[in-house]
Amino acid sequence: MPEPRVITFREALREAMAEEMERDPSIFLMGEEVGHYQGAYKVSEGLLARFGEKRVIDTPIAETGFAGVGIGAAMVGLRPIIEFMTWNFSLTAYDQLVNNAAKLRYMANGQFTLPIVFRGPGGAAHALAAQHSQALESLYAHVPGLKVVMPATPADAKGLLKAAIRDDDPVVFIESEVMYALKGEVPAGEHLVPLGVADVKRRGRDVTIVTWAKMLHTSLKAAEELAQAGIEAEVVDLRTIRPLDTEAIFASVRRTGRCLVVQEGWPFAGVASEIITLVVREAFDDLDAPPERVTSLDVPMPYATNLEALVLPSPDRVVAAVRRLLGREQSPARPAAAGGAR
Amino acid sequence: MDAGLLLDLYRSMALCRRFEEAAAKAYSQGKISGFLHLYIGQEAVAVGAISGAEPTDYIVATYREHAHYLARTGDARAAMAELYGRSTGANGGRGGSMHLFDASKRFLGGWAIVGGHVPIAAGVAFASKYREERDVTLCFFGDGTANMGSFHEGLALAGLWKLPVVFICENNQYAMGTPLYRTMSVPDVAVRARGYPMEFEIVNGDDVLEMRDATRRAVERARKTSQPFFIEAKTYRFRGHSVADPGKYRTKEEVQKWMERDPINVLGQRIQTLGIASAEQLRGLDDEAKAQVADAVEFAEQSPLPEPQSVCEYVYA
Ligand SMILES: Cc1ncc(C[n+]2csc(CCOP(=O)(O)OP(=O)(O)O)c2C)c(N)n1
Ligand SMILES: [Mg+2]
Repeated sequence: MPEPRVITFREALREAMAEEMERDPSIFLMGEEVGHYQGAYKVSEGLLARFGEKRVIDTPIAETGFAGVGIGAAMVGLRPIIEFMTWNFSLTAYDQLVNNAAKLRYMANGQFTLPIVFRGPGGAAHALAAQHSQALESLYAHVPGLKVVMPATPADAKGLLKAAIRDDDPVVFIESEVMYALKGEVPAGEHLVPLGVADVKRRGRDVTIVTWAKMLHTSLKAAEELAQAGIEAEVVDLRTIRPLDTEAIFASVRRTGRCLVVQEGWPFAGVASEIITLVVREAFDDLDAPPERVTSLDVPMPYATNLEALVLPSPDRVVAAVRRLLGREQSPARPAAAGGAR
Repeated sequence: MDAGLLLDLYRSMALCRRFEEAAAKAYSQGKISGFLHLYIGQEAVAVGAISGAEPTDYIVATYREHAHYLARTGDARAAMAELYGRSTGANGGRGGSMHLFDASKRFLGGWAIVGGHVPIAAGVAFASKYREERDVTLCFFGDGTANMGSFHEGLALAGLWKLPVVFICENNQYAMGTPLYRTMSVPDVAVRARGYPMEFEIVNGDDVLEMRDATRRAVERARKTSQPFFIEAKTYRFRGHSVADPGKYRTKEEVQKWMERDPINVLGQRIQTLGIASAEQLRGLDDEAKAQVADAVEFAEQSPLPEPQSVCEYVYA
């Protein structure tokens, strides 16, 4: 095995695209500012110089248009990577993803596959207000026919993106602006992470925290703090939201008897609700407490940073929820943050 | 030439310029966060257009809307406090730089998804026509917006239903880092109005009087005949797309060339040539603008943050 290297999340994504494009000439990258500007968040930096304008394509601001162009090209055998500058803007192309990409294979009785990846950053960054701070995975995961992938580490980012590009079905691949500079070890050489397989990022016996993407880091911080108090949390990183690795969730919950789901984004009809439903149904006899969730507050994102901090899940809120699950609440001297959406 | 008008326009543009310079400074000091899209260099478009409409005509704008807000409301305090995320801001700190609103002054945003507000502007005009009111709606957007579906759908409906709306394309030649010629198949955005069908005019957006006159004609026509109109204002932003963008995709020479037609200087020269005011008197107006902005900064800095309990206000479902 070659030595692992430390690179950023951003570089990991770039390597994944470059390696796959090198391997397969039917792969191209298309989106706003991906070429000459080197990517709005510099993920595609250098790719235009390396692969040329035929394969690294700057688009106008026309999400419905270029998402649809990608779908058409994929129907007849190309393998597009479509970058949304952020997932907020994908909502203007929601029709293409939900009505078209998600439906084709089923509707056409399996005559087509649709090897296309839609990718870009999702979720809140900092003080970007209501229209630019949305975590939309629950919207996409709601739809049969879309795979939804959300890496949390550079190694997973690379391995999952390569797997997504090789996948023959449409993949919604959600990154995070605030994670692009995150560093981590990534194996040298060919590195693939299969879609649909969760990963236990921390072992523990007292409680299972199920989470993904940016919230993995929030959860790991909380787990550190809990460990100081003698509470050992197991942290399961889903990596893929759909298809969901239910076995990994159940196996962990059966061991710990307690389940907390930590999700950025709104609680109502969210991914966390789905996971809790499944856990209650499949692992009921092993549960020592009703499952809980920590999510964003159920509001559009306010601009003011003091309010924004209240809306987003924090390590403090995760710690408080775990303590509630264990019946080990702390004295009111240190209450849970306002409103802890449940 | 109406001397008072020219001086008012000068004052208004100076306020926009000084306001945004102060906002950029506050941003660099970490007092403002998020996105900050400056309009510096384009002031004549908003100031000219808005002065060409009645104060009761509606305005719908983008995330690059500080100048439009100031031209309509003159309220530098509310704008600056909003950028600071304070409870005294235009939206109590909940909207921020990209989402300024003032219902009482008919300033209807402040929208940050490109193109999304174009049909909304058509809808506001629809309401005026529905209620047989005389108001016209001004809709501002950038050149990069003209490839969005929502832009075309908004124009199509305004054309079909003959809605009293004036679409004002602020063609600053760039959408973020991309020059227009790389993302649009025609050199002038305005020709796209033809098919809807809609009359159009291409205007020097760095000449505040030209901008004002064109808008007045379009607004009065819309008011009388309920016909939409399309104005394309050729202009240039002197700064990056947002303060986070160093704007390296443009040559120094190109930026320099456009800065020579700085709309504030253009008007200042004219005022002096006409003998309306001296350079010194204009500096006096500029100093007034600076003082108003300094007061707004002070006001914002002294203002309280929004109350934590307010985070769930206005959530009805
Ligand atoms: C649908 C959508 N796609 C992408 C973006 C990101 N974005 C914000 S402003 C902008 C450029 C807009 O250019 P233009 O319309 O010319 O306006 P300008 O910024 O030049 O005033 C882009 C791509 C967005 N806000 N909405
Ligand atoms: Mg532009």
